[in-house]
Amino acid sequence: MCLAIPAKVVEISKGKEGTRAKAKADFGGVSRESDISLVDAKIDDYVIVHAGFAIEIMDEHEAKETLELWRELLE
Amino acid sequence: MMFRYRNEVLAKERLEKLKDLNLNLRLMHVCGTHQDTLVKFGLNSMLKEAGIEVRPGPGCPVCVTTAKEIEEAIILARKGKVVATFGDMFRVPGERLSLADVRAEGFDVRMVYSITDCISIAEKTNKEVVFFSIGFETTAPTTASVILTRPKNFSILSAHRLIPPAMEALIKMGEMKIDGFINPGHVSTIIGERAYEFISKRYKIPQVIAGFEPLDVLIGVYMLAMQIIRGETRVENEYKRVVKPEGNEKAQHTLGEVFEPTECSWRGFPAISDSGLKLRGEFEEYDARKRYEDELSTVDIDYKEPEGCRCGKILRGLVYPDECPLFGKVCTPQHPVGACMVSREGSCNITFRYGER
Ligand code: SF4
Repeated sequence: MCLAIPAKVVEISKGKEGTRAKAKADFGGVSRESDISLVDAKIDDYVIVHAGFAIEIMDEHEAKETLELWRELLE
Repeated sequence: MMFRYRNEVLAKERLEKLKDLNLNLRLMHVCGTHQDTLVKFGLNSMLKEAGIEVRPGPGCPVCVTTAKEIEEAIILARKGKVVATFGDMFRVPGERLSLADVRAEGFDVRMVYSITDCISIAEKTNKEVVFFSIGFETTAPTTASVILTRPKNFSILSAHRLIPPAMEALIKMGEMKIDGFINPGHVSTIIGERAYEFISKRYKIPQVIAGFEPLDVLIGVYMLAMQIIRGETRVENEYKRVVKPEGNEKAQHTLGEVFEPTECSWRGFPAISDSGLKLRGEFEEYDARKRYEDELSTVDIDYKEPEGCRCGKILRGLVYPDECPLFGKVCTPQHPVGACMVSREGSCNITFRYGER
């Protein structure tokens, strides 16, 4: 239920007044429309999408750090 | 990027380290996705060899939804509303029937991927559309965000629930000693690290927020083990690439604007104060329980669990699915008796699918 998957924002549609903020997001080759009104996403951001909504922007620096840390653990 | 997070060598190395520590721990997680990772990648059995047991708690929103709430949705469908909900909820039986059965009777029940699909349905019909909105803090802001746009011929039957009050309730019930909590990554994405701090302070219990890759969970367990060895009781965050200390404040704000906490029953639990979400007064017209008060007046009964089903105890972490006498015999994903066998995040369903605890 709380499944959320990362996707890359490729296009943002501002929309008319009163309509919701939406973006086209790329889920590893499959493009889908996602609602971005819960985050301040920019093009090229990796967002975490749950039930059609981006719920957070992935921190690329932290993502790299995690990989670094895991690599360090190996040494 | 995701596949780089599955590194077998690293996993083995961490497990060896854990084994060397000679531990005897019982941890709990409160997330169906963690359960899936733990079972699917065989982590549970590996951890067991290291003296660590990770029990699933009330972490599946579909499973903790009560028969009474399902009966409410069924009544509304039978009264001619279009009732929409997430796929997993569809086949969970209420007192006897599920929403899927009610659809088979010819009533209008729809499965949706997102609440926004519901709005599209409402825009195309003159009928009243009711969204049976389940889900924890991860999902509730999506509902709130739609309610803020004040959609027409639309209301929600809120079954949203909050995780920290359930964790506290579990500790207070004291049925079982829990040495540490693995906290759910995507609930935490919304509420942040701080929302759990009162639990560590009050009950001296360590917690680690973890992501969903096998290594995330393993390192989360390792961090908990380290806290326990050092005698610490803090909230740590393994899933920093997504979870910020303060969480998603925009989503929290949206949630708080629309919803307020309320007492709520969970399957297998007595009512837990401030563990559910109901719409604030100014959004009352979107509250199906207010809007259809008369229709729903017949529902005020306490429904019993299906006979023999041990979901309640499973959700409190007290028994494992294969300890239920109905498991795999009378109760299977094709013919589920209880909620925990229906949802793909339910412990019974997961154990059935992978043939492991
Ligand atoms: S196996 Fe079926 S009957 Fe037994 S606890 Fe799980 S859902 Fe309930």
